[in-house]
Amino acid sequence: MGKIASSNSKGGFMGWINDRLPVTQFYKDHLSEYYAPKNFNFWYFFGSLALLVLVNQILTGIWLTMHYKPDASQAFGMVEYIMRDVPWGWLIRYLHTTGASAFFIVIYFHMFRGLLYGSYKKPRELVWLIGMVIYLALMAEAFMGYVLPWGNMSYWGAKVITQLFGAVPFVGDALVEWVRGDYLISDATLNRFFALHVVALPLAIVALVVIHIAALHTVGSNNPEGVEIKQHKDENGKPLDGIPFHPYYTVKDIFGVGVFLLIFLFIVFVKPDMGGLFLEHDNYVPANPAVTPEHIKPVWYFTPFYAMLRAVPDMQLGALIMLLAIVVLFFLPWLDRSPVKSIRYRRWPFKLMLSLFAVAFVILGWLGMQGATELYKLMAQVLTAFYFFYFAWLFFYSRNEKYHEVPTRIEDH
Amino acid sequence: MKKIILLILLMASPLLMAAGGGYYIGEKVQTNIRSTESLRKGAKTYMNYCMGCHSMDFQRYNRVAADLELTEDEMMNGLVLTDAKFTDKMTIAMDEVQAKQWFGKAPPDLTVIAKARGLDWLYNFLINFYADPKSVTGWNNLTLPNASMPHVLWELQGVRTAHFETHTDEEGNEHKEFKNFETVVAGKLSEQEYKDLAGDLVNFLDYSSEPAQLTRMAYAPWVLLFVSLFTFLAYLLKVNYFRDIH
Repeated sequence: MGKIASSNSKGGFMGWINDRLPVTQFYKDHLSEYYAPKNFNFWYFFGSLALLVLVNQILTGIWLTMHYKPDASQAFGMVEYIMRDVPWGWLIRYLHTTGASAFFIVIYFHMFRGLLYGSYKKPRELVWLIGMVIYLALMAEAFMGYVLPWGNMSYWGAKVITQLFGAVPFVGDALVEWVRGDYLISDATLNRFFALHVVALPLAIVALVVIHIAALHTVGSNNPEGVEIKQHKDENGKPLDGIPFHPYYTVKDIFGVGVFLLIFLFIVFVKPDMGGLFLEHDNYVPANPAVTPEHIKPVWYFTPFYAMLRAVPDMQLGALIMLLAIVVLFFLPWLDRSPVKSIRYRRWPFKLMLSLFAVAFVILGWLGMQGATELYKLMAQVLTAFYFFYFAWLFFYSRNEKYHEVPTRIEDH
Repeated sequence: MKKIILLILLMASPLLMAAGGGYYIGEKVQTNIRSTESLRKGAKTYMNYCMGCHSMDFQRYNRVAADLELTEDEMMNGLVLTDAKFTDKMTIAMDEVQAKQWFGKAPPDLTVIAKARGLDWLYNFLINFYADPKSVTGWNNLTLPNASMPHVLWELQGVRTAHFETHTDEEGNEHKEFKNFETVVAGKLSEQEYKDLAGDLVNFLDYSSEPAQLTRMAYAPWVLLFVSLFTFLAYLLKVNYFRDIH
């Protein structure tokens, strides 16, 4: 009988496993000997929280799928069946619906952290790009999930969003029909959205998240100082300003999870509709092709982009602007040419512009929920222009930007 | 400080959304979902006056009985007017196509209407009917003008007419503004009794839009208490670990 030759086998059960699959090494690489900067602050909770919400969505999603049928004549009733007749169905559903909004809240904070501390810059460009792909996949996932309860806003939302494909030159109409699987939003659309929502997109998102983390662990985490901790190592090759992810950040993130759950579960148990924000009033009316809701609007997390779409009088151009608003984010690592990462060492023009950019995005989100008046439309136009101006400004400003001296090490606080 | 302001702005922004709609909401309704008494009264009014036309397709009799602490006998013989079974869903016999011919629009299912319309809207709809000879049904409604539903509760509230004032604004557009109601035929109930009845009915509709809210609210304090304790311990653990990190 042959024996698997291994020079570093330590024997025992784990030795047997490790000779065949390097479980211990994997654990070391990503947890106990993954060195993260010691100065993570509040903004660094959101990565692990995004992972928590993803797991929540998948688990609650599996249980919802056990009780739901993607059938246009039954879907609306299936949700009410889950809410009433399925034991604890209401809890599973509210965890899922609140989780959808929580996912975007967490992701928006996570992305803004990247903007604050320049986490998209060299050598983390790929981490940012993969993250942006996750964001896109998440938007598709959320949109299709929103259609499944087959309420009236599901129906009309699906109609408006699928219509956007009509903006593609030459093949637009054919594309809309292809996406819908029918001439209008119908049972066929519901079926394919269900397939994409519960199988295709979650698979893609999970795979992308694994790649996102793999890329991050290759280059190492950024931090609020924007200092590369790998440049200063001790004699054993450990970063002097780094601490092992486990136990330090697992313990810290568990505290973060506690605070998050307090807010999250408060919403789930006390205010799951969030006054019509997380679960919209019009979606408690069954889908009806003959009755248009008073204001067709997407859920809050899409409204900044929806405001941009409506700000442009021409639908085709509006769809393009909306698309560009997302595409431009992909180029951020090359638009920001400053060698300084963290906002802490950049001067007031950058601080001011980034603050204005954030405020503009939030106001656009608010405008996207309002009925269209002339004033609101004008505001949306100005803010959309500013949204794009920010990136153009950043490109030119960051070239010869004046900044404060960046320390080489993370100072004690 | 700047960061905190920014954070508050970011978090509060979705909450700034104003309620839309141009419906007439004269007064707010006070309901108590925990009052079994009120829910029973509301259920009774619903069975007697609403369920002839409005189904509750997603709600079951036995669930209502359990939540309202009624026995099967009390529910099926005391409240339900049809020969439905205890475990049945609260469906109706009216044909949708015929209903459309009679009213111009089939009466909607009311299981989750409270979620769709809101309690104040429902309450105001119920108390703001008035006689209007110009309307097909002879009735009109201040909250939902030209509603296709007649005033089913008229014998309780009585018959009222509405007076309007017409204003012309600076641009020459005419606006009709509601002034007051005038009682023509007194109802069986006093004004306050009728409002209480409408309030109980709205309370029942609120309950039926989400029966689980009784359970949900009961668990809420315990869940939050548990998570608070967990978070406190997690905080102590975190502080302890980071004591050595400078």
